[in-house]
Amino acid sequence: MESGPVMVRTTLSVNGTSHDLVVDGRTTLLDLLRETLHLTGAKVGCNQGTCGACTVLMDGKRMLSCLMLAVMASGRSVRTIEGIAPAGELHPLQAAFIEHDALQCGYCTPGQIMAAIACIEEGHVGSDAEIREYMSGNLCRCAAYPNIVAAIRSVAGS
Amino acid sequence: MAIAGGTTMVDLMRGGVLSPHSLVDISGLIELKSFSMVGPLLRFGALVPMAEAAENETLLRDYPALAQSLQQAASQQLRNVATLGGNLLQRTRCAYYRDGFSPCNKRVPGTGCSALDGYNREHAVLGGSDSCVAVYAGDWACALAAFDTDIELSSANGQRVLPLAAFFREPGGTPEIETALQPGEIVTAIRVAATPAGRRSTYLKVRDRQSYAFAVASAAVALVLDGDFVREARIALGGVATRPLRSREAEAQLVGRRLSAVSAREAGVAAFTAARTLNANGVKLRLGPRVVAEAIRIASGRRELA
Repeated sequence: MESGPVMVRTTLSVNGTSHDLVVDGRTTLLDLLRETLHLTGAKVGCNQGTCGACTVLMDGKRMLSCLMLAVMASGRSVRTIEGIAPAGELHPLQAAFIEHDALQCGYCTPGQIMAAIACIEEGHVGSDAEIREYMSGNLCRCAAYPNIVAAIRSVAGS
Repeated sequence: MAIAGGTTMVDLMRGGVLSPHSLVDISGLIELKSFSMVGPLLRFGALVPMAEAAENETLLRDYPALAQSLQQAASQQLRNVATLGGNLLQRTRCAYYRDGFSPCNKRVPGTGCSALDGYNREHAVLGGSDSCVAVYAGDWACALAAFDTDIELSSANGQRVLPLAAFFREPGGTPEIETALQPGEIVTAIRVAATPAGRRSTYLKVRDRQSYAFAVASAAVALVLDGDFVREARIALGGVATRPLRSREAEAQLVGRRLSAVSAREAGVAAFTAARTLNANGVKLRLGPRVVAEAIRIASGRRELA
């Protein structure tokens, strides 16, 4: 039996804009964001849910876009790094990452910032140890971790 | 196959480990998204996200082992999406199973076990067979195994309930069969008998990294103490066996005795009496008994055991 892609109609909101699309049912949310919507901020790091570089917000909650089928995001609201501040402006966390030198190559950075936005909103910033624990799903091979924690601390307050 | 959070399914489909002909998205079944802790039964709907239960104040107060097992699992991104029912059904981390092509009796029956003479540092010291030594790596099921837990299964034919120990299978000669789940069935709820032992419980997870890693060895312990006298002990092992494992052998070393450093150590040793090491997983035999003993101490609430 010949098999081919099963095309599925799906509608989802990304950064406040509604998209009505027809996609291969096997497409991940990450690939939809990057390849179809050209929002390349979310990164393909490990593509197996172990690095966090693909982190986006879905209905306000941080999740790994590489591990969700795009069609299962139907009807949901997604926010990516491109949508956290108006064009030309920086989100406070983006400014903090720059000020605290919380990146080197920058590859993990969009995922770090999306996770950090959620981490603060969740209230998991009581101590630096708690920040480290609740940011543990985001790996940084350049080892910017101390500066990432400092950046988050500077926005979250004490 | 059913798909809910998708954090196991999408990963293994992309890796060529699972190749379902079709998927049924059950993530919208609202009736499976609630949990209650009232009266004699804790009932967790299968589609409750891990994060929701992990951060429930009542669960943390009355059954810390259960809440801690969720808090120490995965990452917040995964916990927001992965479900309590789905997490039970996670597949082994065995690299040979997951690479999609190595000889693996679990993935393709009859092809052999690459881990027996291969890289097996993370493989089981308890419950393995000549066909498969893959570890069940999940924390939630381990903590549940320490309590009187039943799994509720539903299908077009109705509902049935299995004790957790009957739900999870040892590999034996059929490692491809991991649970009692039948075609057409889904897990709809997890039921835990309420017990005062829950309040004096803990989940201790020891791993290579401080966070975001699977257990090298873990233990769930719940105790009922009368002064220093152990009236009831519940001990389950994680990271060392082919399925979530309650250790009656360990419990027998504690119950009816005064709790001491000696009895805790003897409980840890007893838990691993039947253990068999492979060429690279001896660490589990050194670490496992100590994790059990330390978890007993933590559950007891004492800073030290005399």
